[in-house]
Amino acid sequence: MNWGILVSDAPFGGVKYYQWLLDGLAVTLELSLCSWVVAFLAGSLFGIARTVPSAPLRALGALYVVIFRNIPLIAQFFIWYLVVPELLPGNLGKDLKAMDPEKQFFILSVACLGLFTGGRLCEQVRSGIQALSSGQRAAGLALGLTLPQCYRYVLLPNAYRIIMSPMTSEMLNMIKNSAVASTIGLLELSAAANRLLEYSAHPYESFTAITITYALLNFAVMFLMRYLERRLRVPGALGGERHV
Amino acid sequence: MFELSLDILAQTRGILFNGMIITLKITSVAVLLGMLLGTLLAAARISPLTPLRWAAAVYITCFRSIPLVMVLLWFYLVVPQLLNSFFNLSPLTDIRLFSAMTAFTMFEAAYYAEIIRAGLQSISRGQAQAALALGMTLPQALRLVLLPQAFRVMAPLLLTQGIILFQDTSLVYILSISDFFRTSVTIGKTNGFEPAMVLFAASFYFVISFIASRLVNIMKRKFDIQQSKV
Repeated sequence: MNWGILVSDAPFGGVKYYQWLLDGLAVTLELSLCSWVVAFLAGSLFGIARTVPSAPLRALGALYVVIFRNIPLIAQFFIWYLVVPELLPGNLGKDLKAMDPEKQFFILSVACLGLFTGGRLCEQVRSGIQALSSGQRAAGLALGLTLPQCYRYVLLPNAYRIIMSPMTSEMLNMIKNSAVASTIGLLELSAAANRLLEYSAHPYESFTAITITYALLNFAVMFLMRYLERRLRVPGALGGERHV
Repeated sequence: MFELSLDILAQTRGILFNGMIITLKITSVAVLLGMLLGTLLAAARISPLTPLRWAAAVYITCFRSIPLVMVLLWFYLVVPQLLNSFFNLSPLTDIRLFSAMTAFTMFEAAYYAEIIRAGLQSISRGQAQAALALGMTLPQALRLVLLPQAFRVMAPLLLTQGIILFQDTSLVYILSISDFFRTSVTIGKTNGFEPAMVLFAASFYFVISFIASRLVNIMKRKFDIQQSKV
Protein backbone atom coordinates (compact mmCIF):
# COMPACT_ATOMS: atom_id res chain seq x y z
CA MET A 1 0.00 0.00 0.00
CA ASN A 2 1.29 3.40 -0.93
CA TRP A 3 -1.07 6.07 0.33
CA GLY A 4 1.22 8.78 -1.03
CA ILE A 5 -0.39 8.15 -4.41
CA LEU A 6 -3.41 10.20 -3.36
CA VAL A 7 -1.37 13.34 -2.85
CA SER A 8 0.78 12.90 -5.95
CA ASP A 9 0.09 14.78 -9.19
CA ALA A 10 -2.69 13.60 -11.49
CA PRO A 11 -1.71 13.24 -15.17
CA PHE A 12 -3.78 16.22 -16.27
CA GLY A 13 -5.65 19.21 -14.91
CA GLY A 14 -2.68 20.26 -12.76
CA VAL A 15 -4.20 18.80 -9.59
CA LYS A 16 -3.46 16.00 -7.14
CA TYR A 17 -5.27 12.67 -7.32
CA TYR A 18 -7.28 13.30 -4.15
CA GLN A 19 -8.81 16.29 -5.93
CA TRP A 20 -10.52 13.86 -8.35
CA LEU A 21 -12.01 12.12 -5.37
CA LEU A 22 -13.27 15.38 -3.89
CA ASP A 23 -14.71 16.47 -7.26
CA GLY A 24 -16.55 13.15 -7.46
CA LEU A 25 -17.82 13.56 -3.92
CA ALA A 26 -19.10 17.05 -4.75
CA VAL A 27 -21.06 15.71 -7.74
CA THR A 28 -22.46 12.84 -5.65
CA LEU A 29 -23.60 15.32 -2.98
CA GLU A 30 -25.19 17.71 -5.50
CA LEU A 31 -26.89 14.85 -7.31
CA SER A 32 -28.20 13.40 -4.03
CA LEU A 33 -29.54 16.72 -2.78
CA CYS A 34 -31.31 17.61 -6.04
CA SER A 35 -32.67 14.08 -6.50
CA TRP A 36 -33.99 14.08 -2.94
CA VAL A 37 -36.02 17.22 -3.66
CA VAL A 38 -37.50 15.58 -6.77
CA ALA A 39 -38.08 12.31 -4.91
CA PHE A 40 -39.72 14.01 -1.96
CA LEU A 41 -42.08 16.04 -4.16
CA ALA A 42 -42.98 13.14 -6.46
CA GLY A 43 -43.26 10.66 -3.60
CA SER A 44 -45.48 12.98 -1.57
CA LEU A 45 -47.68 13.95 -4.52
CA PHE A 46 -48.29 10.40 -5.72
CA GLY A 47 -48.38 9.05 -2.16
CA ILE A 48 -51.16 11.50 -1.31
CA ALA A 49 -52.90 10.63 -4.57
CA ARG A 50 -53.02 7.00 -3.43
CA THR A 51 -55.05 7.97 -0.34
CA VAL A 52 -57.61 10.44 -1.73
CA PRO A 53 -61.26 9.54 -2.38
CA SER A 54 -60.95 9.99 -6.17
CA ALA A 55 -60.44 6.60 -7.85
CA PRO A 56 -58.64 7.90 -11.00
CA LEU A 57 -56.08 9.72 -8.82
CA ARG A 58 -55.55 6.59 -6.73
CA ALA A 59 -54.99 4.59 -9.92
CA LEU A 60 -52.52 7.19 -11.18
CA GLY A 61 -50.53 6.88 -7.96
CA ALA A 62 -50.53 3.10 -8.23
CA LEU A 63 -49.40 3.24 -11.87
CA TYR A 64 -46.46 5.47 -10.96
CA VAL A 65 -45.28 3.03 -8.30
CA VAL A 66 -45.68 -0.02 -10.54
CA ILE A 67 -43.68 1.52 -13.39
CA PHE A 68 -40.81 2.96 -11.39
CA ARG A 69 -40.39 0.00 -9.05
CA ASN A 70 -40.37 -2.77 -11.62
CA ILE A 71 -37.69 -1.53 -14.01
CA PRO A 72 -34.02 -1.88 -13.00
CA LEU A 73 -32.37 1.42 -12.09
CA ILE A 74 -29.67 1.07 -14.75
CA ALA A 75 -32.35 0.52 -17.41
CA GLN A 76 -34.13 3.64 -16.16
CA PHE A 77 -30.89 5.61 -16.50
CA PHE A 78 -30.51 4.38 -20.08
CA ILE A 79 -34.11 5.28 -20.85
CA TRP A 80 -33.60 8.82 -19.57
CA TYR A 81 -30.38 9.12 -21.50
CA LEU A 82 -31.42 7.56 -24.83
CA VAL A 83 -35.21 7.63 -25.05
CA VAL A 84 -36.53 10.64 -23.13
CA PRO A 85 -34.64 13.34 -25.12
CA GLU A 86 -36.30 11.96 -28.29
CA LEU A 87 -39.74 12.27 -26.77
CA LEU A 88 -39.44 15.80 -25.39
CA PRO A 89 -41.66 18.31 -27.18
CA GLY A 90 -40.29 21.02 -29.48
CA ASN A 91 -36.59 21.75 -29.36
CA LEU A 92 -36.19 20.71 -25.73
CA GLY A 93 -34.60 17.40 -26.63
CA LYS A 94 -32.14 19.01 -29.04
CA ASP A 95 -31.31 21.73 -26.55
CA LEU A 96 -30.64 19.10 -23.94
CA LYS A 97 -28.33 17.17 -26.24
CA ALA A 98 -26.49 20.35 -27.25
CA MET A 99 -25.69 21.09 -23.62
CA ASP A 100 -22.33 20.61 -22.01
CA PRO A 101 -22.29 16.79 -21.48
CA GLU A 102 -21.56 17.04 -17.77
CA LYS A 103 -24.62 19.31 -17.30
CA GLN A 104 -26.78 17.10 -19.50
CA PHE A 105 -25.82 13.94 -17.57
CA PHE A 106 -26.49 15.74 -14.31
CA ILE A 107 -30.00 16.90 -15.25
CA LEU A 108 -30.95 13.47 -16.60
CA SER A 109 -29.52 11.78 -13.51
CA VAL A 110 -31.49 14.03 -11.16
CA ALA A 111 -34.70 13.25 -13.03
CA CYS A 112 -33.98 9.53 -13.12
CA LEU A 113 -32.77 9.04 -9.54
CA GLY A 114 -35.40 11.43 -8.19
CA LEU A 115 -38.37 9.72 -9.80
CA PHE A 116 -36.97 6.23 -9.05
CA THR A 117 -36.61 7.09 -5.35
CA GLY A 118 -39.99 8.84 -5.49
CA GLY A 119 -41.60 5.51 -6.36
CA ARG A 120 -40.25 4.06 -3.14
CA LEU A 121 -41.13 7.12 -1.05
CA CYS A 122 -44.65 7.11 -2.48
CA GLU A 123 -45.37 3.80 -0.77
CA GLN A 124 -44.01 5.08 2.53
CA VAL A 125 -46.04 8.29 2.39
CA ARG A 126 -49.13 6.23 1.63
CA SER A 127 -48.55 3.82 4.50
CA GLY A 128 -47.77 6.75 6.81
CA ILE A 129 -51.12 8.38 5.98
CA GLN A 130 -52.96 5.07 6.25
CA ALA A 131 -51.34 4.35 9.61
CA LEU A 132 -53.11 7.35 11.13
CA SER A 133 -56.42 6.58 12.78
CA SER A 134 -59.31 7.36 10.43
CA GLY A 135 -60.70 9.61 13.15
CA GLN A 136 -58.03 12.19 12.32
CA ARG A 137 -59.30 12.67 8.80
CA ALA A 138 -62.91 12.62 9.95
CA ALA A 139 -62.24 15.13 12.74
CA GLY A 140 -60.39 17.45 10.37
CA LEU A 141 -63.23 17.40 7.88
CA ALA A 142 -65.85 17.75 10.61
CA LEU A 143 -64.09 20.89 11.83
CA GLY A 144 -64.78 22.39 8.42
CA LEU A 145 -61.32 21.96 6.88
CA THR A 146 -61.32 21.29 3.16
CA LEU A 147 -59.62 18.05 2.09
CA PRO A 148 -56.39 19.83 1.03
CA GLN A 149 -56.36 21.72 4.33
CA CYS A 150 -56.95 18.48 6.19
CA TYR A 151 -53.86 16.98 4.50
CA ARG A 152 -51.79 20.10 5.03
CA TYR A 153 -52.56 20.70 8.72
CA VAL A 154 -53.62 17.33 10.12
CA LEU A 155 -52.58 14.26 8.14
CA LEU A 156 -49.22 15.10 6.55
CA PRO A 157 -47.50 16.58 9.62
CA ASN A 158 -48.26 13.36 11.49
CA ALA A 159 -47.61 10.99 8.58
CA TYR A 160 -44.15 12.42 7.82
CA ARG A 161 -43.13 12.01 11.43
CA ILE A 162 -44.23 8.38 11.45
CA ILE A 163 -42.19 7.55 8.36
CA MET A 164 -39.03 9.44 9.36
CA SER A 165 -36.94 6.32 9.85
CA PRO A 166 -37.95 4.40 6.70
CA MET A 167 -37.47 7.70 4.84
CA THR A 168 -33.96 7.91 6.24
CA SER A 169 -33.07 4.48 4.92
CA GLU A 170 -34.54 5.45 1.55
CA MET A 171 -32.33 8.54 1.55
CA LEU A 172 -29.29 6.37 2.28
CA ASN A 173 -30.34 3.97 -0.50
CA MET A 174 -30.62 6.90 -2.86
CA ILE A 175 -27.09 8.08 -2.09
CA LYS A 176 -25.80 4.56 -2.78
CA ASN A 177 -27.93 4.30 -5.93
CA SER A 178 -26.45 7.56 -7.21
CA ALA A 179 -23.37 5.51 -8.12
CA VAL A 180 -25.34 4.01 -11.02
CA ALA A 181 -25.31 7.45 -12.68
CA SER A 182 -21.71 6.68 -13.65
CA THR A 183 -23.10 4.27 -16.30
CA ILE A 184 -24.43 7.15 -18.40
CA GLY A 185 -21.18 9.07 -17.96
CA LEU A 186 -21.68 11.28 -14.93
CA LEU A 187 -18.34 11.74 -13.17
CA GLU A 188 -19.50 11.17 -9.60
CA LEU A 189 -17.71 9.47 -6.75
CA SER A 190 -17.76 5.89 -8.05
CA ALA A 191 -16.68 7.05 -11.51
CA ALA A 192 -13.65 8.60 -9.78
CA ALA A 193 -12.77 5.04 -8.72
CA ASN A 194 -12.54 3.94 -12.33
CA ARG A 195 -10.59 7.03 -13.34
CA LEU A 196 -8.13 6.57 -10.50
CA LEU A 197 -7.82 2.89 -11.40
CA GLU A 198 -6.98 3.70 -15.01
CA TYR A 199 -4.49 6.47 -14.40
CA SER A 200 -2.86 5.85 -11.04
CA ALA A 201 -2.31 2.07 -11.30
CA HIS A 202 -2.91 1.91 -7.54
CA PRO A 203 -6.35 0.32 -7.44
CA TYR A 204 -6.36 -0.77 -3.78
CA GLU A 205 -5.52 2.66 -2.40
CA SER A 206 -8.02 4.52 -4.54
CA PHE A 207 -10.83 1.98 -4.05
CA THR A 208 -10.28 1.99 -0.30
CA ALA A 209 -10.35 5.78 -0.17
CA ILE A 210 -13.57 5.94 -2.18
CA THR A 211 -15.27 3.14 -0.24
CA ILE A 212 -14.44 4.87 3.04
CA THR A 213 -15.81 8.14 1.65
CA TYR A 214 -19.12 6.45 0.83
CA ALA A 215 -19.28 4.86 4.27
CA LEU A 216 -18.57 8.19 5.99
CA LEU A 217 -21.21 9.94 3.90
CA ASN A 218 -23.64 7.20 4.85
CA PHE A 219 -22.93 7.53 8.57
CA ALA A 220 -23.05 11.34 8.44
CA VAL A 221 -26.53 11.31 6.87
CA MET A 222 -27.66 8.61 9.30
CA PHE A 223 -26.64 10.62 12.37
CA LEU A 224 -28.12 13.83 10.99
CA MET A 225 -31.44 12.11 10.32
CA ARG A 226 -31.47 10.47 13.77
CA TYR A 227 -31.01 13.90 15.30
CA LEU A 228 -33.83 15.35 13.18
CA GLU A 229 -36.05 12.41 14.06
CA ARG A 230 -35.56 13.06 17.78
CA ARG A 231 -36.22 16.77 17.36
CA LEU A 232 -39.38 16.33 15.30
CA ARG A 233 -40.94 13.49 17.24
CA VAL A 234 -44.55 14.11 18.27
CA PRO A 235 -44.47 14.57 22.05
CA GLY A 236 -46.07 11.63 23.78
CA ALA A 237 -46.02 9.46 20.67
CA LEU A 238 -44.74 5.90 20.86
CA GLY A 239 -40.97 5.87 21.26
CA GLY A 240 -40.98 9.42 22.57
CA GLU A 241 -41.08 8.44 26.23
CA ARG A 242 -37.33 8.54 26.65
CA HIS A 243 -37.45 12.24 27.48
CA VAL A 244 -40.29 12.07 29.96
CA MET B 1 -35.78 5.98 -33.96
CA PHE B 2 -37.96 3.53 -32.08
CA GLU B 3 -38.73 1.00 -34.75
CA LEU B 4 -37.51 -2.38 -33.70
CA SER B 5 -36.52 -4.72 -36.47
CA LEU B 6 -38.11 -8.07 -35.73
CA ASP B 7 -35.66 -9.72 -38.12
CA ILE B 8 -32.75 -8.65 -35.97
CA LEU B 9 -34.56 -9.80 -32.85
CA ALA B 10 -35.14 -13.17 -34.49
CA GLN B 11 -31.52 -13.40 -35.60
CA THR B 12 -30.19 -12.51 -32.18
CA ARG B 13 -32.61 -14.56 -30.12
CA GLY B 14 -29.83 -17.05 -29.39
CA ILE B 15 -27.54 -14.56 -27.68
CA LEU B 16 -30.50 -12.85 -26.00
CA PHE B 17 -31.44 -16.22 -24.57
CA ASN B 18 -27.87 -16.76 -23.36
CA GLY B 19 -28.02 -13.35 -21.70
CA MET B 20 -31.24 -14.33 -19.98
CA ILE B 21 -29.59 -17.51 -18.69
CA ILE B 22 -26.72 -15.50 -17.24
CA THR B 23 -29.15 -13.11 -15.55
CA LEU B 24 -31.08 -16.03 -14.05
CA LYS B 25 -27.86 -17.79 -13.01
CA ILE B 26 -26.58 -14.78 -11.09
CA THR B 27 -30.01 -14.21 -9.53
CA SER B 28 -30.54 -17.79 -8.39
CA VAL B 29 -27.01 -18.26 -7.03
CA ALA B 30 -27.15 -14.97 -5.14
CA VAL B 31 -30.65 -15.64 -3.76
CA LEU B 32 -29.80 -19.14 -2.52
CA LEU B 33 -26.30 -18.57 -1.20
CA GLY B 34 -27.14 -15.05 -0.03
CA MET B 35 -30.03 -16.38 2.03
CA LEU B 36 -27.85 -19.13 3.47
CA LEU B 37 -25.10 -16.73 4.45
CA GLY B 38 -27.72 -14.23 5.61
CA THR B 39 -29.25 -16.84 7.93
CA LEU B 40 -25.83 -17.59 9.45
CA LEU B 41 -25.22 -13.86 9.91
CA ALA B 42 -28.64 -13.35 11.50
CA ALA B 43 -27.97 -16.26 13.88
CA ALA B 44 -24.57 -14.79 14.70
CA ARG B 45 -26.16 -11.42 15.45
CA ILE B 46 -28.39 -12.88 18.16
CA SER B 47 -25.83 -15.37 19.52
CA PRO B 48 -24.64 -15.08 23.12
CA LEU B 49 -21.01 -14.87 21.96
CA THR B 50 -20.04 -11.21 21.88
CA PRO B 51 -17.20 -11.47 19.30
CA LEU B 52 -19.51 -13.35 16.93
CA ARG B 53 -22.23 -10.74 17.38
CA TRP B 54 -19.75 -7.97 16.71
CA ALA B 55 -18.27 -9.61 13.64
CA ALA B 56 -21.71 -10.08 12.10
CA ALA B 57 -22.70 -6.50 12.92
CA VAL B 58 -19.53 -5.15 11.31
CA TYR B 59 -20.06 -7.27 8.18
CA ILE B 60 -23.67 -6.16 7.80
CA THR B 61 -22.96 -2.48 8.46
CA CYS B 62 -20.06 -2.42 6.01
CA PHE B 63 -21.94 -4.00 3.14
CA ARG B 64 -25.01 -1.90 3.75
CA SER B 65 -23.13 1.38 3.77
CA ILE B 66 -21.44 1.12 0.39
CA PRO B 67 -23.05 1.14 -3.07
CA LEU B 68 -23.51 -2.13 -4.95
CA VAL B 69 -21.53 -0.61 -7.81
CA MET B 70 -18.48 -0.30 -5.54
CA VAL B 71 -18.92 -3.84 -4.19
CA LEU B 72 -19.00 -5.16 -7.76
CA LEU B 73 -15.88 -3.21 -8.69
CA TRP B 74 -14.07 -4.43 -5.57
CA PHE B 75 -14.82 -8.07 -6.22
CA TYR B 76 -13.90 -7.67 -9.86
CA LEU B 77 -10.56 -6.34 -8.70
CA VAL B 78 -9.84 -8.66 -5.79
CA VAL B 79 -11.46 -12.02 -6.52
CA PRO B 80 -9.53 -12.90 -9.71
CA GLN B 81 -6.23 -12.27 -7.94
CA LEU B 82 -7.24 -14.33 -4.92
CA LEU B 83 -8.49 -17.18 -7.08
CA ASN B 84 -5.32 -17.17 -9.12
CA SER B 85 -3.18 -17.33 -6.04
CA PHE B 86 -5.18 -20.29 -4.70
CA PHE B 87 -6.04 -22.31 -7.78
CA ASN B 88 -3.53 -21.11 -10.32
CA LEU B 89 -6.18 -20.76 -13.02
CA SER B 90 -5.22 -20.21 -16.59
CA PRO B 91 -5.56 -16.53 -17.54
CA LEU B 92 -8.12 -17.57 -20.15
CA THR B 93 -10.75 -18.64 -17.63
CA ASP B 94 -13.57 -16.12 -17.47
CA ILE B 95 -13.85 -15.38 -13.79
CA ARG B 96 -15.84 -12.19 -14.19
CA LEU B 97 -19.09 -14.10 -13.79
CA PHE B 98 -17.70 -15.84 -10.72
CA SER B 99 -16.64 -12.47 -9.24
CA ALA B 100 -20.07 -11.04 -9.90
CA MET B 101 -21.80 -14.01 -8.26
CA THR B 102 -19.56 -13.74 -5.20
CA ALA B 103 -20.17 -10.00 -4.97
CA PHE B 104 -23.96 -10.35 -5.22
CA THR B 105 -24.02 -13.23 -2.73
CA MET B 106 -21.99 -11.37 -0.12
CA PHE B 107 -23.82 -8.08 -0.69
CA GLU B 108 -27.30 -9.58 -0.56
CA ALA B 109 -26.42 -11.67 2.50
CA ALA B 110 -26.16 -8.45 4.51
CA TYR B 111 -29.69 -7.44 3.45
CA TYR B 112 -31.13 -10.94 3.95
CA ALA B 113 -29.52 -11.07 7.40
CA GLU B 114 -31.40 -7.97 8.50
CA ILE B 115 -34.72 -9.33 7.22
CA ILE B 116 -34.21 -12.69 8.92
CA ARG B 117 -33.08 -11.07 12.16
CA ALA B 118 -36.25 -8.97 12.19
CA GLY B 119 -38.18 -12.21 11.63
CA LEU B 120 -36.42 -13.94 14.50
CA GLN B 121 -37.06 -11.00 16.79
CA SER B 122 -40.75 -11.01 15.92
CA ILE B 123 -41.10 -14.48 17.45
CA SER B 124 -42.10 -14.38 21.08
CA ARG B 125 -39.29 -14.82 23.56
CA GLY B 126 -41.15 -17.69 25.19
CA GLN B 127 -40.53 -19.86 22.12
CA ALA B 128 -36.76 -19.62 22.51
CA GLN B 129 -36.97 -20.11 26.26
CA ALA B 130 -39.23 -23.12 25.88
CA ALA B 131 -36.88 -24.69 23.33
CA LEU B 132 -33.88 -24.12 25.58
CA ALA B 133 -35.78 -25.39 28.61
CA LEU B 134 -36.52 -28.60 26.70
CA GLY B 135 -32.76 -29.12 26.57
CA MET B 136 -32.12 -28.00 22.99
CA THR B 137 -28.86 -26.26 22.23
CA LEU B 138 -29.15 -22.78 20.69
CA PRO B 139 -28.35 -24.06 17.17
CA GLN B 140 -31.01 -26.74 17.58
CA ALA B 141 -33.54 -24.22 18.84
CA LEU B 142 -32.77 -22.01 15.85
CA ARG B 143 -33.02 -24.80 13.33
CA LEU B 144 -36.06 -26.60 14.70
CA VAL B 145 -38.14 -23.90 16.37
CA LEU B 146 -37.16 -20.34 15.58
CA LEU B 147 -35.98 -20.22 11.95
CA PRO B 148 -38.92 -22.16 10.44
CA GLN B 149 -41.30 -19.64 12.00
CA ALA B 150 -39.14 -16.66 11.08
CA PHE B 151 -39.00 -17.79 7.46
CA ARG B 152 -42.74 -18.12 7.34
CA VAL B 153 -43.24 -14.60 8.68
CA MET B 154 -40.56 -13.16 6.44
CA ALA B 155 -41.28 -15.08 3.23
CA PRO B 156 -42.94 -12.13 1.43
CA LEU B 157 -40.08 -9.80 2.32
CA LEU B 158 -37.45 -12.35 1.33
CA LEU B 159 -39.15 -12.88 -2.02
CA THR B 160 -39.49 -9.13 -2.61
CA GLN B 161 -35.77 -8.80 -1.89
CA GLY B 162 -35.27 -11.52 -4.53
CA ILE B 163 -37.17 -9.41 -7.07
CA ILE B 164 -35.00 -6.39 -6.23
CA LEU B 165 -31.93 -8.58 -6.63
CA PHE B 166 -33.17 -9.81 -10.02
CA GLN B 167 -33.36 -6.18 -11.16
CA ASP B 168 -30.03 -5.30 -9.60
CA THR B 169 -28.18 -8.04 -11.50
CA SER B 170 -28.43 -5.76 -14.54
CA LEU B 171 -25.63 -3.76 -12.88
CA VAL B 172 -23.11 -6.38 -14.05
CA TYR B 173 -23.20 -4.12 -17.11
CA ILE B 174 -20.28 -2.24 -15.54
CA LEU B 175 -18.19 -5.43 -15.53
CA SER B 176 -18.97 -6.04 -19.25
CA ILE B 177 -20.72 -9.31 -18.44
CA SER B 178 -23.21 -10.18 -21.19
CA ASP B 179 -26.34 -10.62 -19.13
CA PHE B 180 -29.75 -9.88 -20.64
CA PHE B 181 -29.47 -6.11 -20.25
CA ARG B 182 -25.94 -5.75 -21.59
CA THR B 183 -26.71 -8.09 -24.52
CA SER B 184 -29.79 -6.06 -25.46
CA VAL B 185 -27.86 -2.78 -25.33
CA THR B 186 -25.04 -4.24 -27.43
CA ILE B 187 -27.44 -5.58 -30.06
CA GLY B 188 -29.09 -2.16 -30.17
CA LYS B 189 -25.78 -0.37 -30.51
CA THR B 190 -24.43 -2.54 -33.34
CA ASN B 191 -27.68 -2.36 -35.31
CA GLY B 192 -28.52 1.28 -34.76
CA PHE B 193 -31.60 1.01 -32.62
CA GLU B 194 -30.28 1.34 -29.11
CA PRO B 195 -33.27 3.26 -27.63
CA ALA B 196 -35.69 0.60 -28.83
CA MET B 197 -33.55 -2.21 -27.42
CA VAL B 198 -33.24 -0.44 -24.07
CA LEU B 199 -37.05 -0.22 -23.93
CA PHE B 200 -37.27 -3.86 -24.97
CA ALA B 201 -34.93 -4.92 -22.15
CA ALA B 202 -36.74 -2.68 -19.64
CA SER B 203 -40.08 -4.26 -20.53
CA PHE B 204 -38.60 -7.74 -20.05
CA TYR B 205 -37.55 -6.88 -16.50
CA PHE B 206 -40.82 -5.05 -15.94
CA VAL B 207 -43.04 -7.97 -16.93
CA ILE B 208 -41.14 -10.50 -14.80
CA SER B 209 -40.87 -8.24 -11.75
CA PHE B 210 -44.50 -7.16 -12.03
CA ILE B 211 -45.83 -10.72 -12.24
CA ALA B 212 -43.52 -11.88 -9.46
CA SER B 213 -44.56 -9.10 -7.11
CA ARG B 214 -48.22 -9.81 -7.83
CA LEU B 215 -47.61 -13.46 -6.91
CA VAL B 216 -45.90 -12.41 -3.70
CA ASN B 217 -48.94 -10.27 -2.85
CA ILE B 218 -51.34 -13.14 -3.47
CA MET B 219 -49.17 -15.42 -1.35
CA LYS B 220 -49.08 -12.84 1.43
CA ARG B 221 -52.88 -12.57 1.46
CA LYS B 222 -53.32 -16.34 1.50
CA PHE B 223 -50.86 -16.62 4.32
CA ASP B 224 -52.57 -13.90 6.35
CA ILE B 225 -55.86 -15.79 6.13
CA GLN B 226 -54.22 -19.02 7.22
CA GLN B 227 -52.70 -17.25 10.17
CA SER B 228 -55.93 -15.67 11.26
CA LYS B 229 -57.66 -19.08 11.18
CA VAL B 230 -55.22 -20.52 13.68
